[in-house]
Amino acid sequence: MTKLLILIVVVLGILAVAQLARVYELTSRLRNKREEEISAGDNRFNARMMWAFLVVYFGFFLWLCVEYKDKMLPVAASAHGVELDWLMDFNWLILFIVFVITNVLLFWFAGKYVYSKDRRAYWLPHNNKLELAWTIAPASVLAVIIIYGLTSWAKITSPASPDAVVVELYARQFDWTARYPGGDGSLGATDFRLINGTNALGIVTRESVATRLAELDAEIAKVDSTLANAILADTKREELNDQVGLMRRNKQRIINLRTIMEQDIAEKGVASTYMHGADDVVIKEFHLPVHQEVKVLIRSQDVIHSAYLPHLRAQMNAVPGMTTTIKMTPTITTDSMRLITKNEAFDFILLCNKICGASHYNMQMPLVVTDAATHESWYAEAMKKPFQTPAAPPAPPVAVPLDSAATAVAATVGTVAQAQPTH
Amino acid sequence: MGATTAHAAAHGHQAHHHEESFISKYIFTQDHKMISKQFLVTAIFMAWVAVVMSLLFRLQLAWPGEGFAFTSFFLGEKWAPGGVLDPNMYLALVTIHGTIMVFFVLTGGLSGTFANLLIPLQIGARDMASGFINMLSYWFFFMSSMVMLASLFVEGGPASAGWTVYPPLSALPKAIPGSGAGMTLWLVSMTLFIASSLMGGLNYVVTILNLRTKGMKMTRMPLTVWALFLTAVVGILSFPVLLSAALLLLLDRSLGTSFYLSDIHIAGEALDHSGGSPILFQHLFWFLGHPEVYIVILPAFGITSEIISTNARKPIFGYRAMIGSLFAIAFLSFLVWGHHMFITGMNPFLGSVFVFTTLLIAIPSAVKVFNYITTLWRGNIVFTPAMLFSIGLVATFIAGGLTGIILADSTLDIQVHDTYFVIAHFHIVMGMSAIFGMFAGIYHWFPKMYGKMMNTKLGYAHFWITFACAFGVFFPMHFIGLAGAPRRYYSYSEFPMFDGVVDLNVLVTIFAIIGAMAQLIFTYNFFYSVFRGPKAVQNPWKSNTLEWTTPVEHMHGNWPGPLPVVHRWPYDYSKPGKPEDWVSQITPLEDGEEEH
Repeated sequence: MTKLLILIVVVLGILAVAQLARVYELTSRLRNKREEEISAGDNRFNARMMWAFLVVYFGFFLWLCVEYKDKMLPVAASAHGVELDWLMDFNWLILFIVFVITNVLLFWFAGKYVYSKDRRAYWLPHNNKLELAWTIAPASVLAVIIIYGLTSWAKITSPASPDAVVVELYARQFDWTARYPGGDGSLGATDFRLINGTNALGIVTRESVATRLAELDAEIAKVDSTLANAILADTKREELNDQVGLMRRNKQRIINLRTIMEQDIAEKGVASTYMHGADDVVIKEFHLPVHQEVKVLIRSQDVIHSAYLPHLRAQMNAVPGMTTTIKMTPTITTDSMRLITKNEAFDFILLCNKICGASHYNMQMPLVVTDAATHESWYAEAMKKPFQTPAAPPAPPVAVPLDSAATAVAATVGTVAQAQPTH
Repeated sequence: MGATTAHAAAHGHQAHHHEESFISKYIFTQDHKMISKQFLVTAIFMAWVAVVMSLLFRLQLAWPGEGFAFTSFFLGEKWAPGGVLDPNMYLALVTIHGTIMVFFVLTGGLSGTFANLLIPLQIGARDMASGFINMLSYWFFFMSSMVMLASLFVEGGPASAGWTVYPPLSALPKAIPGSGAGMTLWLVSMTLFIASSLMGGLNYVVTILNLRTKGMKMTRMPLTVWALFLTAVVGILSFPVLLSAALLLLLDRSLGTSFYLSDIHIAGEALDHSGGSPILFQHLFWFLGHPEVYIVILPAFGITSEIISTNARKPIFGYRAMIGSLFAIAFLSFLVWGHHMFITGMNPFLGSVFVFTTLLIAIPSAVKVFNYITTLWRGNIVFTPAMLFSIGLVATFIAGGLTGIILADSTLDIQVHDTYFVIAHFHIVMGMSAIFGMFAGIYHWFPKMYGKMMNTKLGYAHFWITFACAFGVFFPMHFIGLAGAPRRYYSYSEFPMFDGVVDLNVLVTIFAIIGAMAQLIFTYNFFYSVFRGPKAVQNPWKSNTLEWTTPVEHMHGNWPGPLPVVHRWPYDYSKPGKPEDWVSQITPLEDGEEEH
């Protein structure tokens, strides 16, 4: 019933506007007034409106500033974030001044110099001095903005120090996983073809390679037997053929990967990146110690995601096929932040900030920042559940034929060693 | 519109005299004036599609999870069960809203309409260099629009990866259903669109360079023509890059190549793709994408330069500086694309270079704003609806341009990248400014297009409501963004940290609804005036440019007699010593009169 009423009101409203317009048109025709002749009254009305708008515009702006000041992000919780906030405020100050001056001039002039038959506009086609002035003025202000901006940018994006804490964030539709290096202090190699139910990040170790190969064999056998025995529609048969083809190709690629792995282990022994994966801690929690520099490696399994930590003023895309990094130093623990924000439930949040699919809007993981001691004990506890039980010392080198063909295939494998990214 | 073209042509000097059929006059016409109307009406229709889409997702953002009859009316049970928008459909709507607004309304609609209408009329040409290619340009645009609209009805829904269609999301139907047939149609539609845009652009450039009438030196061209010229050049140089990006994406999607894809494990399968880079697509996309925002805004600048000068009854201040800044913006627009990619893992030094070039663009932009303001200073301002929208453009350009400085600063971009702050910025600086330019152009040249007048009072109502709503909708979004709220989120209710600002979403949606209603006023005024509006006089705004020397009734070849000869620049308004406050470009200089 209300819907019907609303509909009626809307329709009547439109009719009323149309009729008003019609009446207006007829009366102006009667008065012999032409549409293009803007009456003095209309000019005055619009001129007044320009001034009124300026007041309302600034009023709205100030209302938003006052009303929502406390609902913006709280104080930056990272070292570079404090600098970024300062730079932001500095920029805002400049922009605010320009905003006020230009708008006041625009609306003031628009309202003031309203048309009059008795007056001519001032003939001023150009003035080189003025034009030069307002080319140089913005240029010099921008120079300041650029210099400050790039100085901070260079600092923020410089390489992390070698003793920074290393964490990997791994994104997929629609959750985050963290990986810590475990007891050996370095992350193992990964390959997306090894991803399965127990190896969400595709960490490469001898065991995970063997497991995945066995799994693929079983899957291939299963599809093969379906293809051989079941009565299938042509489309289904084609689909299964495609599927098994992909499995076979992946199997071959994993075998190539195994070749490279064995060779690397043979050359480097325990220093091989393939020996570092077993003790990695793969965990759905994100913990960082306060006041320690962190190097965050960011990867993605499927589409582009973006790791955004608004409270730490940090953001970096997660791009499939490459590892991106950021460095940051948290300066406020979660507990202190709860006091600062007077909010017992406060959490730092890692959220996805690049469109990634249906549940993009709920791809989040809380970040817990604690003091060093608390972090140590959390980490010690976490390390009790490594990715695999630590591997035995490297087995005697397996005789692997290393011919040129194998190397060529190996080159196409793609992800080989992501453990020591060169960023 | 009731013009008897054949009758008018009989009086003209043009040789071909034949009755035109309905089809050759209104459908497959080669007359630039009719083609311009075709672009405009198509764009108005497409704009309504995009506006309704924006209302659908604004309802969801303001009242997440609530059912609306409005939503289910348009989307049905599949995409809006119980009137609640489906998350996949939400992403599809924001994608198609952006695509339509950027390409179909503000590129095809704005350039297509005004380049076609104004270039021949303002430079004194009988038509475009190639009427046939011009016709093709419209029909490719039309086909492209139809394909885009058709993509709304395929299984899986239309493209949903955002208007920037970044792969892998746009390449993998397993990642999002819209990346199936919908995405294929999106790419086909864009390919047609690019063909249309290139045919149009080449035609505009050739026409301006070769068909100017006697005396119409480049330095006597109205700023509209200058702006449309540089827009066409930018389009010709950048759209082919989008075409290559789209073709490579098609190959990745259908033939299993790996230009953009590598190391992807999705839906339990490790894909074959290896060695590609999703970042490559972003470089190619933004190599068009950033010039594209200038393709959108430059014609609007041209239009408002003309309108502000005419209605302030005062020469545009710094004509040469205005041309120079157009050149500077057009040139720099090719060197700034990387500022969309500061946080993709791009080399930080490269980022620094893009910070520098991007902030350089602020200089010519500032010059333009100051020149507009100085043109108003001590003017004699007539408030036509066109003038109001032009002043509106300057206001939105100031507000949106300033926040651009924040986004161009890579350090600050870390924090606000992909948040609502960006949405606020580009909707104000590019969306609102360009659409205000387009409205200004429509109100100003409507008498030229249709030989009728639009209703001024309704124009005032349209402007003031739209102007207020533009700020009402987009200003609060800065605050939502500064609170850290990401764009393209279906709902914010999963994050307690945004509880403080979500009420702004309600305010925004209310303004959006009122603003959309105001466009009903415009649409009514437009179509009513086309058929029933009072007849226009030849030069209603007492303007200097050549288009107002043509007869009100349209005719092929534009001028009944020989082409006009130009003697002066177009901005002799309130020139001292002249009896009127305007002097048409065809009036010869008096003895000893300085040109300007």
